[in-house]
Amino acid sequence: MTSTKAHVPAARPSAVHAPAIAVLIVAGGGVALALAALAAAGLQSGGAFIAAFDGVMGRAVRFTLWQAALSTVLSVVPALLVARALHAHPAFPGRGLLLRLFALPLALPALIAALGLLALLGRNGLLADGLTALTGARWPGIYGLEGILIAHVFFNLPLAARFFLVALEAVPANQWRNARQLGLPPLALFRLVEWPALRAAMPGVALMVFLLCATSFTLVLILGGGPQATTIEVAVYQALRFDFDPARAAALALLQLAAAITLGVLVARVPMPVTPFGATRHTRARPSMGETLMHATALGLAAVLVAAPVLAVLLRGATAPLRTLLADPAVINAALTSLAVALSAALLAVGAAVALLSARTPMIMMLAAAGGGGVLFAASPVVLGAGWFLALRPLVDPFEAAPFIVVFANALLALPFALRLLAPGWRASQLRHDRLAASLGLAGWRRLTIVEGRALARPLVAALMLAGLLSLGDLGVIALFGSDAVQTLPALLHARLGSYRTDDAAGLAFLLTLGCLVLLWLADRFSDGALR
Amino acid sequence: MSVTPAIAVESVRFAHAGGAGMAFDLAIPAASRIAVIGPSGSGKSTLLHLIAGFERPSSGRIFFSGREMTQAEPADRPVTTLFQDNNLFEHLTIAQNAGLGLAPRLRLTADEKRRIDAMLAAVGLSGMGGRLPGALSGGERQRAALARALLSGKPVLLLDEPFAALGPALRDEMLTLVTDAQQARGLTVLMVTHSPADARAFATHVLFVDHGRGSGLLPVTALDAPEAGSALAAYLGR
Amino acid sequence: MPGSRFVIATVLSLAASITHAAAQGVLTIYTYESFTAEWGPGPAVEQAFEAQCGGCDLRFVSVADGVALLNRVRIEGEATKADIVLGLDTNLTTEAAATGLFARHDQDVSKVTVPGGWTDRTFLPFDHGWFAVVYDTQAMANPPRSLKELVEGDPDQKIVIQDPRSSTPGLGLLLWVRHVYGNDAADAWRKLSRRVLTVTPGWSEAYGLFTQGEAPMVLSYTTSPAYHMIAEGTERYQAAAFAEGHYQQIEVAAQTVAGKRNPLAAQFLAFMLTPAFQDHIAEKNWMLPAAATSAPLNPVFDRLVKPETSLLFSPDEVAANRARWIEEWLGAFGR
Repeated sequence: MTSTKAHVPAARPSAVHAPAIAVLIVAGGGVALALAALAAAGLQSGGAFIAAFDGVMGRAVRFTLWQAALSTVLSVVPALLVARALHAHPAFPGRGLLLRLFALPLALPALIAALGLLALLGRNGLLADGLTALTGARWPGIYGLEGILIAHVFFNLPLAARFFLVALEAVPANQWRNARQLGLPPLALFRLVEWPALRAAMPGVALMVFLLCATSFTLVLILGGGPQATTIEVAVYQALRFDFDPARAAALALLQLAAAITLGVLVARVPMPVTPFGATRHTRARPSMGETLMHATALGLAAVLVAAPVLAVLLRGATAPLRTLLADPAVINAALTSLAVALSAALLAVGAAVALLSARTPMIMMLAAAGGGGVLFAASPVVLGAGWFLALRPLVDPFEAAPFIVVFANALLALPFALRLLAPGWRASQLRHDRLAASLGLAGWRRLTIVEGRALARPLVAALMLAGLLSLGDLGVIALFGSDAVQTLPALLHARLGSYRTDDAAGLAFLLTLGCLVLLWLADRFSDGALR
Repeated sequence: MSVTPAIAVESVRFAHAGGAGMAFDLAIPAASRIAVIGPSGSGKSTLLHLIAGFERPSSGRIFFSGREMTQAEPADRPVTTLFQDNNLFEHLTIAQNAGLGLAPRLRLTADEKRRIDAMLAAVGLSGMGGRLPGALSGGERQRAALARALLSGKPVLLLDEPFAALGPALRDEMLTLVTDAQQARGLTVLMVTHSPADARAFATHVLFVDHGRGSGLLPVTALDAPEAGSALAAYLGR
Repeated sequence: MPGSRFVIATVLSLAASITHAAAQGVLTIYTYESFTAEWGPGPAVEQAFEAQCGGCDLRFVSVADGVALLNRVRIEGEATKADIVLGLDTNLTTEAAATGLFARHDQDVSKVTVPGGWTDRTFLPFDHGWFAVVYDTQAMANPPRSLKELVEGDPDQKIVIQDPRSSTPGLGLLLWVRHVYGNDAADAWRKLSRRVLTVTPGWSEAYGLFTQGEAPMVLSYTTSPAYHMIAEGTERYQAAAFAEGHYQQIEVAAQTVAGKRNPLAAQFLAFMLTPAFQDHIAEKNWMLPAAATSAPLNPVFDRLVKPETSLLFSPDEVAANRARWIEEWLGAFGR
């Protein structure tokens, strides 16, 4: 570009594009490869791609959208109240534990969570007798849409609350001081200070929850009650399983991805708020008694929602032969495998997020924002797995590459979380440090380690932790074909359950849940240490 | 002396988490203009936050015109503060932002609306009441914030470097505006500043804060002839 | 960094743990996970076969279940490392044969003792069983005595079943109902659907819900009670005998086209029908032997439901109608 203004030195930030472009090519290419391989296999085998768009698919699409929309509303609206309560009370006993607990559902395999919820609310759950007495009719359990919704709220309310809390913490301290000296009543405080921050975070959080619910699989199958509760994701799996109809799977997957990209682009157009850098000390007014009561109710209900099923899992597992399990080499191997998968996927996801955030062309920023909104969730593990296995077949033995496929797919699915956690602070740090870094000649890796790496240590650790937990349990990628090379704890749990060994399975669920809590605690300790 | 000070800070002790302890003891006469000066991190802003009620002392008491309000909420104190930034709510118009000084619920009577328009005109923003803060310059935004502070009718005005980011001419204009308002209403004003020139132009007294301790009120002339070898002399570079 | 080295080492060792050798003296068998689990028949079968083949090496590669097994072979195609695939059932054999990846066997099928006899020249049974409704005696005093009673019984007495689109037992129940009700199957499903608590993706989830007490009945196997009686010493869970007969599941093995060139493959198929293999089926795979064992089974097995009528569609019938019948099932559940 030739221009009269030839020299614009400081205006051009020290952006690094190559890694970001590489990430986009690998991530986008990975998804495209999977879809292309499925479509090609489908066309080859004479499967009719177009015929896939039939009534069954229409029903699946409608049910998917309906349950995902309901789940999103039921998760996000209460999450606003919970986040407000958490923010208004920055130092009550048990707050740290509650926040850690809120990260736990992410790591719990859906099967464990479903059994935990049913242990409480099932037909034979702990609360069934009470509910029977209360409703006057035999408690039917939570099978059907209500079960799906309750489970989705269990998974997504705490997640949304954590993201909203971050948004509230990013409100500048002077705004809170202003509100305090003006004596704003609670409603005005909400309208003038809290709501604008929450509203800015809303599209991204809502889209993420929506897509997570839309692509939910195990929960829908176990709690759905029957085939009337068939989502697109379930349809993809079933198209591939008995029918091995890649064309139909590709058509469904493309439909899902197209919908997600449309939503993602719409959300990406909503400007992402650049939050002031560095969380300030708490300056919100002390809430009144009435407000405190309301907050305590919100927090209490949320805590019960998350803790009760987890406790049910722990109680059920506490009577299992834990000592035998801990000495079992298969269990130890599975635990190590899970850790290795989680750690590798987390490093990869956070690395990719950092690369995307370090580039500053509008196109990459928009794609990163769309990714942060969770568009990648639409590329379901089943589709990725099936597509990659088909695509890799002529090149390498896909089953020898299975560990890498698992790690890569998990990293891809964790990337949206990492982006969402890192983006606000990252953008703010860029705005604040660009000129200084440019004048000091700090760029690329050196800038990363000296500036953002230190200033954003806490969100970086949080992102690693979240991505890791997310990857701990996931096996969807190879579920269709299986590979005994990647025997993770959840896979082992499923295998034991499949051999009548329900006690072992309960014990493994206990260990997995406890292990996640310990990891969360360690990560918190470590991120605090990194700040000092 | 039987005159009750507008602000009395009695043996107030305070420490930020992990920070060094601070101790303040001051009496600020009513209708004075105080320039609060001192090195960065010496505790100037903290002193203002203690007076405004954003921080609570670990011990000691704070009085306003003889009434103890150590534990009072910021909104209940006769104090209003202008910060360096984020004084306005971005999604409310200038008139609405100023109106918050009158009624935090923003249910305004016709008379109140007239008062707001008049105040906006007084600070040089006539006709701009319908705009959003984003459409204003930095100086205009601080004028709007000042309008709100003055509308609140609080007798104590704390200025936490609100004009530091403005150019010299604009800054002088704002100082004149504040001085006029102070004189017209008999306000007590504390202003944190790093500029001895601003302090000279504006203040009736100087308060030098160093290592979390206040100097006691000094005459403005102390800026021109600090005691040789004193911390103030070192701060001023004499 | 020691951390990252650990990760890389673990990942590499994982990848290395599935090296397949086509070298002489190695037999690779693809099967499902519960077969090779430490409590499954796999370890004992491996030991017994290696003891008699004279220094060969039997290697199991395991995947989740029989359907995943077929998918894996499909995806590997002719490049598959499998000499033998063990764990498909008769509902899958037509589709498996259609891939052209499986070779005929030369075994003496007269050794096969599964009810109804055996003639298939490609697939060879290694065990069999019958689907059954297993019930909790503590929650249900009067279990259904026929499929008809199950279909028409009290909707408040629930059953957990599996989805025929993702699970072998689920497909089994679909075929069972079809076999008994013929063209009235859709009506039967409409009635039965009122008793269905939920439809799970696989057997494990359904059985987990059942043992958690969520429903007094689950679709499983006639042999399920044997596990509870032998391994847990409890008579609590029993199978209900149905007057119309029970739908049969026959699990089979076959050699692949590539495997046929490995002499060990044929040797293993012959071994599979001897007591050295069959002795491990009953109490390790919790199914019934498909050929003679060296000694009578644990007396517990004599107390299990022994269906007088075995119901079974031919593999071709299943392959030809499965999609249509599933569509019909979906419609009946669609409500």
